[in-house]
Order: sequence, then structure tokens, then C-alpha cells
Amino acid sequence: MAVTADHIRDKLTKELEAVHVDVEDTSPNRCAASFKVLVVSSQFEGKPLLQRHRMVNTCLAEELKEIHAFEQKTLTPEQWEKQKSQ
Amino acid sequence: MNNLIRSTARCLRSGAAVYNVPGRADGRVWSAPARFLCAAADIQKDLGEMVKKDKVVVFMKGTPAQPMCGFSNAVVQILRMHGVDDYAAYNVLEDQDLRQGVKDFSNWPTIPQVYFNGEFVGGCDILLQMHQNGDLVDELKKLGISSALLDAEKESK
Repeated sequence: MAVTADHIRDKLTKELEAVHVDVEDTSPNRCAASFKVLVVSSQFEGKPLLQRHRMVNTCLAEELKEIHAFEQKTLTPEQWEKQKSQ
Repeated sequence: MNNLIRSTARCLRSGAAVYNVPGRADGRVWSAPARFLCAAADIQKDLGEMVKKDKVVVFMKGTPAQPMCGFSNAVVQILRMHGVDDYAAYNVLEDQDLRQGVKDFSNWPTIPQVYFNGEFVGGCDILLQMHQNGDLVDELKKLGISSALLDAEKESK
């Protein structure tokens, strides 16, 4: 089964209670093997970057086996608001 | 984990058998099947030593002189910007056991991987964000490495 951007968005929204998820398919030929995600969740609050990324990796463990390249950015709702206003 | 323990136990048993072969010059040379059985356990032990041997260790695709992937290249460029050029870089494309082994070791699914003082720091995204928010300068300082960016900043003042 090919991993889709929608699938990734749904899973992160559900399992990490993300309030905002951006998924960009960055594979050169759109073969759905390379993604860039932005995840905004209050579950990240008080957690260091490494731990946040590990949460995303764990959530997408199955999918990551199929994904060749994966970039991620993890923000708390507060950081997200701040970034938007910049 | 259980699998690892089991295969280690298997290794020890087959290792002992090899060790007892009479006339063998070096008893520690593993037979091919034993080496195969222990590969996974061995590499985890090796990795434990590799990441501690140097202050800064990078597992990447290609070499610092010739990175074979954009993310690995980004890590090399970030370290270069901070004047960190004395680090150990291991090319995972040359060793499939290492490529999978390091992912298991850190429980991290992607390459590149960066280690400071034996501790897993993160991949390209994390190093980039640490570079952007200034944490990297602080972390390098803890290793006794003064970032070149810090020196440049002092000079411009």
C-alpha cells in the first residue's frame, strides 16, 4: 500500500491530537516516498525536540518503512501561533 | 530485545565451538555461520564503542567530502559552518549491516544520525533547528568545542 499525504495527516491528527498538520509530498516524481510534515500538538509541550520527533516517528513507524525521506517540524500550539505572526 | 539476547546466546555457543577447534592459529576468528548469527548483536556492541570513540560522530550516506544525500550534506555543511571538522563520519552505504544496525541502535528510522559524546542528538532536522535556535553552539561548548560562528560573532562586535 502506498503511503499518502492524507493518510499521514489523518494518523498524526488522531494519534498525537494534532491541531494542525501540513504534509508536503516532496518526492521528485510524486511516488509518495518522500514527505515533509509540520505537526502542531499540545502533546509536545515541555518536551525536548528529540522526544517530539520520536513521538512522530513512533506514530508513523509502519509508514516510515515505506518512506524514503522524511523531514519533520514539531511545534506546540503556542510556538505555532508565534511563528504565524512573524 | 529478546531476539538480541537469544542471538547473543547462540553466538556465545557457536563461538565456543570455534574456539575449541584444534590447530586454529587464532581461536577468536569466527566461522562464517557464527559470524552471520552474531552480526546483529556484534554490530550493536561495535556501535556502542564507535559513538563513544569520538566527541562528534556522524552516520551518513557518502563521506563529508562527497555526501550522497541532501540530508547528509546538510549535516556536513552545518558542522562545517561551526568549524567542526574533526569528527568521525561513517558511510552507511558501504555497510548494509551498519545501515540497519545504527537505526536499531538509536531507535531512529533515518540517516543521517549525529552523536555528541556517545549520546544520540538527532538527524538533519534536529541539527538544523539546533543550529537555528542557538542550541548547537551551547552543545558544542559542552564538548569543549568553540563554534566558529561564536568567534565570528565576537570579531564583528
